[in-house]
Amino acid sequence: MGLRSPLGQAKGLGSAKEGLHHWWVQRVTAVALIPLTVWFAFKVAVLSMSDYNTVAECIGSPWSAALIISLIVAAFYHAALGMQVIYEDYIGAKAVRISAIMGTNLLLFLLAAAGIIAVVRIAVGG
Amino acid sequence: MAEFTLPENSVVKKGKTFPAPDGATNIQAVEIYRWDPDTGENPRIDTYHIDLDTCGPMVLDAIIKIKDEVDSTLAFRRSCREGICGSCSMNINGRNTLACTKDISDIEGPIKIYPLPHMPVVKDIVPDLTHFYAQYASIKPWIQSTTPPPGDKERLQSKEERSKLDGLYECILCACCSTSCPSYWWNGDRYLGPAILLQAYRWLADSRDENAGERLDELEDPFKLYRCHTIMNCTETCPKGLNPAKAIAEIKKLLVERKIA
Repeated sequence: MGLRSPLGQAKGLGSAKEGLHHWWVQRVTAVALIPLTVWFAFKVAVLSMSDYNTVAECIGSPWSAALIISLIVAAFYHAALGMQVIYEDYIGAKAVRISAIMGTNLLLFLLAAAGIIAVVRIAVGG
Repeated sequence: MAEFTLPENSVVKKGKTFPAPDGATNIQAVEIYRWDPDTGENPRIDTYHIDLDTCGPMVLDAIIKIKDEVDSTLAFRRSCREGICGSCSMNINGRNTLACTKDISDIEGPIKIYPLPHMPVVKDIVPDLTHFYAQYASIKPWIQSTTPPPGDKERLQSKEERSKLDGLYECILCACCSTSCPSYWWNGDRYLGPAILLQAYRWLADSRDENAGERLDELEDPFKLYRCHTIMNCTETCPKGLNPAKAIAEIKKLLVERKIA
């Protein structure tokens, strides 16, 4: 039982004075993903019947590689921001919440890094 | 924390049934959530059968009739009985609204009355709104200005400036919107909720206030403000027809305007 006043409880530790950046970037990446996803889906459809060399050549061209890397960065950044919001909404236990956010961010970072390295390797012919 | 099942001592049981008076022909069943903290029993649903021929037109009239004529142990809040005080907010047939402005004839089948969702219950359909009011106090809902008021008259406001308060000043703080919001259910300890954020915007939009910067500083927080995910339950349920979701979006726009745009 605590005897802290209701106003003291409501004010808590005060404002974090941040949140705008997270909210804004989530929307910017969402908008960016619309053309990038459409372009990527179109590209995959066009290349679906092609052989390995044609696909590798197409992915390795500077513009395609740049767009795919942009897609990877936007998608995984957007996913990380979105997952954080979901965890904050539904997980009350702070230790579990922070672990979930950090674990997810690490996993998404590794997946994004692997994707980018794969594209770079194809692009530079490694 | 999200809760999807009721704790054992909150499981709602079937309660008593009160038959209609002899000779009644226009009978309406009213099912009401009952809980008394002094008995230690689980909450229950009592069913009252009332004669609509001797009852006023609104749900609040039916509740008052039950308290007066059938069961004086029923606890509820009410005051103005005309939709301006916000006391009789409750959940009627799945929707938060004011009992005094909810027409009985709009409801098909039994009237089902519960307290506002996900709030601590004081007794029966009386919720504990202490934290809600404290959150209201925390946004400093009064004019803050360094410029002293003119000595001989009030602070002036143009008609255009005054019109920006329309759709905001009408809020009666009944808490229907906040208690309909899943984000407020899960994180109401920190999230301010739609009612308080609409009130916060009411002061941001007031041309006479000089503290917009400090107000925005206090609001910019992942929990206080950004738990709003535009679910829109608030706007859907507001018994005064206001749009708290839009007011929250306006606060977010002001934050963007200050830093980015």
